[in-house]
Amino acid sequence: MAGDASNCLLEVRGITKEFPGVRALRGVNLHLRRGEVLAVIGENGAGKSTLMKILAGVQQPDSGEVRVDGNKVTLEKVGDALDLGIALIHQELNLAGNLDAAANIFLGREFRKGPFLDRRTQHEKARAFLEAVGLDIDPATLVSTLTIGRQQLVEIAKALSVNARVLIMDEPTSSLSAKETENLFQVIGDLKKRGVSVVYISHRLSEVKAVADRVSVLRDGENAGELGRDAITHDAMVRLMVGRELSQFYQHKPHEPGECVLEVNRLRTPIHPEKEINFQLRAGEIVALAGLVGAGRTELLLTLFGVTPATGGEMRIDGKAHNPMSPRDAIAYGLALVPEDRKLQGLLLEMGVRENISLASLNRDQRRGFLNFDQELELSAEMIQKMRIKTPNDRQFAQFLSGGNQQKVVLGKWLAMRPKVLLLDEPTRGIDVGAKSEIYGLMEELAADGVAILFVSSDMEEVLGMSDRTLVMHEGRLTGELARSELSEEAIMHLATGGETKSVAN
Amino acid sequence: MNPMKKILGISGLLLFVVIVTAMAADSFTTAYNIENLIRRTALFGILSIGVAFVIITGGIDLSIGSIVCLVGCGLPWMLAVKGWSLPVALLIIGVVVVGLGLIHGLLITKLRLQPFVVTLCALLLYRGLARGLTGDQTVGFGTNFTGLRTLATYKIPLIGGFGVPVPCVILVVVAVIAAIFLNRTIYGRYLLALGNNEQATRFSGINTDRMTVLAYVISAVLAGLGGMLFVLDVNSAQPVDFGNFYELYAIAAAVLGGCSLRGGEGTIVGVIIGTALMQVLRNMITLVDAIPTHIEFAVIGAVILGGVIADELVKRYAARKRAERQAHH
Repeated sequence: MAGDASNCLLEVRGITKEFPGVRALRGVNLHLRRGEVLAVIGENGAGKSTLMKILAGVQQPDSGEVRVDGNKVTLEKVGDALDLGIALIHQELNLAGNLDAAANIFLGREFRKGPFLDRRTQHEKARAFLEAVGLDIDPATLVSTLTIGRQQLVEIAKALSVNARVLIMDEPTSSLSAKETENLFQVIGDLKKRGVSVVYISHRLSEVKAVADRVSVLRDGENAGELGRDAITHDAMVRLMVGRELSQFYQHKPHEPGECVLEVNRLRTPIHPEKEINFQLRAGEIVALAGLVGAGRTELLLTLFGVTPATGGEMRIDGKAHNPMSPRDAIAYGLALVPEDRKLQGLLLEMGVRENISLASLNRDQRRGFLNFDQELELSAEMIQKMRIKTPNDRQFAQFLSGGNQQKVVLGKWLAMRPKVLLLDEPTRGIDVGAKSEIYGLMEELAADGVAILFVSSDMEEVLGMSDRTLVMHEGRLTGELARSELSEEAIMHLATGGETKSVAN
Repeated sequence: MNPMKKILGISGLLLFVVIVTAMAADSFTTAYNIENLIRRTALFGILSIGVAFVIITGGIDLSIGSIVCLVGCGLPWMLAVKGWSLPVALLIIGVVVVGLGLIHGLLITKLRLQPFVVTLCALLLYRGLARGLTGDQTVGFGTNFTGLRTLATYKIPLIGGFGVPVPCVILVVVAVIAAIFLNRTIYGRYLLALGNNEQATRFSGINTDRMTVLAYVISAVLAGLGGMLFVLDVNSAQPVDFGNFYELYAIAAAVLGGCSLRGGEGTIVGVIIGTALMQVLRNMITLVDAIPTHIEFAVIGAVILGGVIADELVKRYAARKRAERQAHH
C-alpha cells in the first residue's frame, strides 16, 4: 500500500493505541500523497479521532511509526507536528473571538517592534494568508463577528501561516451552511493546487464523494479498506464501514408490544427547527435511536424530556396531548431520562447513593414538605439490592462508585418513579461488560413490565442486540425505521449517512 | 468530607482560641464580657445562617451589610423620625426584605446574572439608599422604645448574676428552624442537591430556579432581622458605616463553619460555631494587650486562610488514603 515514495508526504505504519479496556487502534496504516485529499471515514468509535490526535501530536501511539517525507518522526507534542507542517483543524474551532483575525493567525508569533506589537506588518502578512483561503475581510475584523464558516477559514489561514503541508480537518462542515460548505471545498481545491494535502474526516458521505481523491475506511480500530477516486460510491463506503463480526453478546428476546404510549407528531426541536419528527412508542417496546454523532439524537431526547422544549408539533402520552416545558413536566407525564453524561447531568457526585436514588421521588414521598426518612431508606435499600449496586453502604458518595454502578444509581432513581416511558442516552457508554449485561437485563425486565424504552446508542452491537425496532436519524431528521427483521448494520449505516429511506417511518 | 469531622475541627479551634484568650486576658471571663460575646455571636449568627443558604446553592450574597444598614436605619427613621406605628414599620420592612431577596434571586435565575455582580450592585445601592433616606444623618430611638429594645438588650437572668441575652434566644429559634428546614424538609434537600449539581437536580424534576430564589429571600430576610436587632442593640445607626463589612463577617463565618463556596455543603451548627470563632477572635484582639487593635482584619484573615488550608490538606490526605486503599484491592 505504500505509495510512490517520492510523492508520499505522510505515512503511518502499524499504529496501535490502547486505552484502559479498549484497543482504539490496531496496526493501522495510512499514506498521504502531496496535494491529495484523503477522506478517513468510519462509524462512531472506529478510531478516526484517535488516529488524527496521534498525527497532530496530541496523543502518542503505543507502537508503530509515522514518517514524513520518508523520515521517521516522533510527535510528542502539538508543536512537533506543527514544525513538520501538520496542523489539525478541530471540530470546535480554537480561535479567540475577542481578538481580530490577524491576531488570531499570528497568536503566539506576533510581529513586534521592540516590546510593542507591530500591527501594520501583522495585518499586511495576515491579508496574504486570508486571501489564500479566499477570505476577503479586513484583518482587523473581530473573529467573533464572523460566521462560523469564515472563522473556519481564518483557522485554515492560521495553519497556512505556519507553512502547514498537511491539514487535518475533523468534521469541518458540521456547522456550515450549504453555501459555506461549497466555499470550503473550493478552498480545499485551491490548497491542493498549492501542494497542500488534506486529511478529511466526515460522516457525510455525499461530501466525501464530492471532495475526496481517495477514501480510507477504519472499522473497530483497523484498516477496513480503501477506495480510489472512481470507486467512491455511497454503497461502497457503507459496505466497508460495516460488516464486522457480531459477537453474540446480548440478544434481546422480543415480545408482543402493547398500546401506544408515546406519540410524537411533527415535533420540532430547537436545534433542528426546520425538521419535523414523527414516531410512536408502544408499551413494552424497546426502540433504538441510531445515527452518527451529531445527528440530533440527544437533542431529540432532551426535547422529549422538556429540557429544551419543542418549538413545534406535539407529544401525546396515553393519547393525551402533553408538551413538557421542563423536566418536571415530563416526569409528571411519566417520562424519565438517563442522560448522556451521567456525571454532569445525572448524579450528585458529592452526595450519598441514598440521596441520589431518592432525589426524584422526594416530592412524591414527602410528608407535608418533610422528608420521609423511612421511605427513603427503604427505597435506596430496595434499589441497591434490585440493581445490584456495589457500594459499601448507601451513604457512599456517588463519585467513588465505578461507572457501571453510577449508571445503576441513575437508573434506580428513575425506577423509583415507575415511568411509562424511559429514555436512555448511551446507557452503557464507558461501562464494563459485566455491568453492561446487567443494564440490558434491567431494560428487558422493565419492558416486560410494560415500560416503553427509547434508547440512543452509538454501539452497533447494542442497537442490533437490544432493539425491537430501530429509528435512524441523520442531520436532525428521522431517515427511516427498521423492524427487527430488516435490521442490519448495513441498513442502519445506509440511513444514518443520509441514504434513501428504505421504509417509511409511520 | 464528613460534616461531623468539620464541626469537630472547628470546635477544637474555637476551644483553643477561647483558652488562649482566657489565659492572656483576665477580663475575658467576666460575666459582662461573656454576655456581650454571646450577644454579638447571636446577632452575627443570624446573618451567617442567612448567607449559608445562599452559599449552599453555590451562590454568594454581598448585600447583607447594606441590608443591615437599610433596615437598621429604616426602623428608627420610620418609628422616631416619621412617627409611624410599629406594625406598619415591621410590615414595610418585611415587604422590603422579601422583595429585595426576590429581586436578587430572579436576576440571578431568570436573567442568568452572576450572583457576585447582582449582590455587589445591591451592596452599593442599599447603602446609598439608606444614606439618602436619612439625609446621611444618624437616626436613633433616643430614650423611647425601651420596650422594643429589650428584644436586643434584655438578659434573661440565670444564677450567679449571669444572664442569657434575648438575641441568643432568637438565634437558637432561627437556628433550629433553619436546621430543620435544611435537613428535614425536601426543600432543604433540594438546596443541597442543586448546590452539588444544578443540572442533575433540574433533570430530576426539581424547579431549581425557584429554590435558588428562595435561598436569596432567606438571606435577605435574615439580614433584615439582623439589621433590626443590631440597631435595637446599639440604639442608633449612622448610615455611612452601619453594617459595614458585615457581609464579609457572615461569609467568613459560614466558610469557617464548613460551607463550601462551590456549594452543596454546609451545616447550621458549623455556621454558628464559625460565627462564635470570629467573635472570640475579635474579642481576643480587643482584650489581649499584646495584639494591637488595628490589625484586627489581618488576624481574622490569617485565621480563615489557615482554616481553609488545613481543610484542603485534610481533604487531600483523605483522598490519598482512599486511593491507596483502592490500590490494595
